[in-house]
Amino acid sequence: MRDSVGRVRTVLLLGGRSEIGLAIVERLVRDGAREVVLAARGGAEPPPGALTELGASVYSVEFDAGDPDAHTGTVAEAVGLVGDLDVVVDAFGVLGDQAAYEADPASAARAAAVNYTGHVSAGLAVAARLREQGHGALVVLSSVAGVRVRRFNYVYGSAKAGLDGFAQGLADSLHGSGARVLVVRPGYVPTRMSAHVDPAPFPATPGQVAEAVASGLRSGATTVWAPRVLRPLFAGMRLMPRALWRRLRR
Amino acid sequence: MSPPPPDRAPAHGGTRPALLTGWGRTAPTAARVARPRTAEQVAEALSRAGARGALARGLGRSYGDAAQAAGGLVLDCTALTGPIRLDTARGEATAPAGTTLGGLVAHLLRHGYFVPVAPGTGQVTLGGAVAADVHGKNHHADSSIGAHVRALTLVTPDGSARALGPEGDGSELFWATVGGMGLTGVVTEVTLAVFPVETAYMRVDTDRTAGLDATLELMSRPASDRRYSVCWVDLLAAGGAMGRGVFTRADHARIGDLPSTLRREPLRHRPGTVLAAPPWAPPGLLNRWTVGAFNAAYLRAAPRRRRGEAQPLAGFFHPLDAVRGWNRMYGPRGLVQYQFVVPFGAEGTLAAVMERLSRAGAPSFLAVLKRMGEPTPGPLSFPRPGWTLAVDLPADLPGLGRLLDALDERLLEAGGRLYLAKDSRARAETVHAMYPELPAWRRVRDRADPGGVLVSDLARRLRLV
Repeated sequence: MRDSVGRVRTVLLLGGRSEIGLAIVERLVRDGAREVVLAARGGAEPPPGALTELGASVYSVEFDAGDPDAHTGTVAEAVGLVGDLDVVVDAFGVLGDQAAYEADPASAARAAAVNYTGHVSAGLAVAARLREQGHGALVVLSSVAGVRVRRFNYVYGSAKAGLDGFAQGLADSLHGSGARVLVVRPGYVPTRMSAHVDPAPFPATPGQVAEAVASGLRSGATTVWAPRVLRPLFAGMRLMPRALWRRLRR
Repeated sequence: MSPPPPDRAPAHGGTRPALLTGWGRTAPTAARVARPRTAEQVAEALSRAGARGALARGLGRSYGDAAQAAGGLVLDCTALTGPIRLDTARGEATAPAGTTLGGLVAHLLRHGYFVPVAPGTGQVTLGGAVAADVHGKNHHADSSIGAHVRALTLVTPDGSARALGPEGDGSELFWATVGGMGLTGVVTEVTLAVFPVETAYMRVDTDRTAGLDATLELMSRPASDRRYSVCWVDLLAAGGAMGRGVFTRADHARIGDLPSTLRREPLRHRPGTVLAAPPWAPPGLLNRWTVGAFNAAYLRAAPRRRRGEAQPLAGFFHPLDAVRGWNRMYGPRGLVQYQFVVPFGAEGTLAAVMERLSRAGAPSFLAVLKRMGEPTPGPLSFPRPGWTLAVDLPADLPGLGRLLDALDERLLEAGGRLYLAKDSRARAETVHAMYPELPAWRRVRDRADPGGVLVSDLARRLRLV
């Protein structure tokens, strides 16, 4: 349960190997979270030392983004381990490579399933639990890639656009339930997942994304951008003429 | 987000969903709210509690999460009202637990009686007052309200209404209920010892002090000459003036103490609000500069030294009730009240904590400092002999969580403890160390509620049950 100064006790990370997700969890643990469940395919790797050194108990559970039938079970398993879920971080996803997707349409559909429909089943399973317990926050890792989809990564971008819309609708459906959704829109974040793409302007580190999430959770925000400058930037980008937009390299 | 008050719940039977917070307006959680009117309806509602449990709520004046139960059933007990029975031969009054203390005072004064303990607001229910074992300005002389409860009726989750008293059979559950934060059952009726007064006025002495040392020195003189005493302290004053305050001491005024104009209607009681806070205040309205200026003006307005002033009871006991909804002035992020007690002899810790709050620039309105006396046997009852300080702080003050954690450590080392009715952020381990009788309390509670039906957000956060 969140306390009056914004501290939480339990965190579930869906996508237990996500660098951004782990940075958010570490930040929440530094702020006082004490029990962490990492959910990943094949279970998460041995729990990152930092979390246990900071005083958190870390559990790991099986979670396959591509197996929607199992998502309700995963949430129940996490509840069985730590009780009420104060914060759930929905951070799983694959970036992939646009050219490879175009060469192998089936792989593109599988990636889109992980990046979009996997979040639909996981998000609804989490929302049902938060509604039942009457409190809690779901943090959804969206992306600026979904704010206006670019030709250079439109398979990934379109899935993020869908996820972003889903998360906003879910947030509204949870209004008054005591539970809430925080949509996070990072720009380019250099991580293992993005190592194969060229850097983009206004990058953010996982730590900066985590900071934005922590402050959004404290203030009761519905959306945070990381870095913050992306918000006005993308307000402009949305208005950019299509002929110009399609020429953008990043 | 302003959680709706629970007073629109159906009178009985049905429930309505609501977002609930404490008086500090932080950390809302959702629950179903029922509004029983009788002990039978309380028992019936408890029998329908689901897997997320149930809890009684009064007027929601505890600051933190004591009167909310996320995902569960909350019994709004403010409709548990009815006639108040005053037995002058025995010197006691019996009232349904939803009766407000302010309402009880108004009723008693008409007959020339007064309550044994009056907390800072009259806007609390009797049930809530017992559950928090509230104290007032006379704690050093008269202890907390639990010491004056002659009997109470407690409805437990098995549906039985148990008559409990402070001695003999049922006294264990009685004392687990006094200060038990509603986790032993739902109090439906309270019998309180009351005492006669000649007037509805107080005879008040006021002294202004120049700094913390002067404040403590003045307060350490035998307080026995006055039944009520309290000091409002300014933590925002700079340098040596930190801890300056307005110390008031009082007794009930006798008719002869009143100026002749008041003698015609000595028991005339005029409670009520003078002002209402606006429905919305911007975040950050209360900062160290606005609050510092208020504190300075308040202190200057107080007399340096005045003796024997006749003050109406309402203003003396419930100054906060003059401004309705004053908690809203802290803006949408709400406020945290930090109240602790440290034993006599730990004045160094008291001064260190006050200096730490002062240095942090925490914009606290005049903090309330008072001496406490004998405790009740309630294992979770807060008061202990020593100094208690209560400070209001904006919940969004940067670094507040860490600052208060550090202060908790100091208190713990000094044998101090936090007040559960005020707490909204302490760690479970800390509170367990401050309340060593918690395991004993839990055994009594578990016998009264073997199914673990009664629960609150406070209980979950602090792992009390």
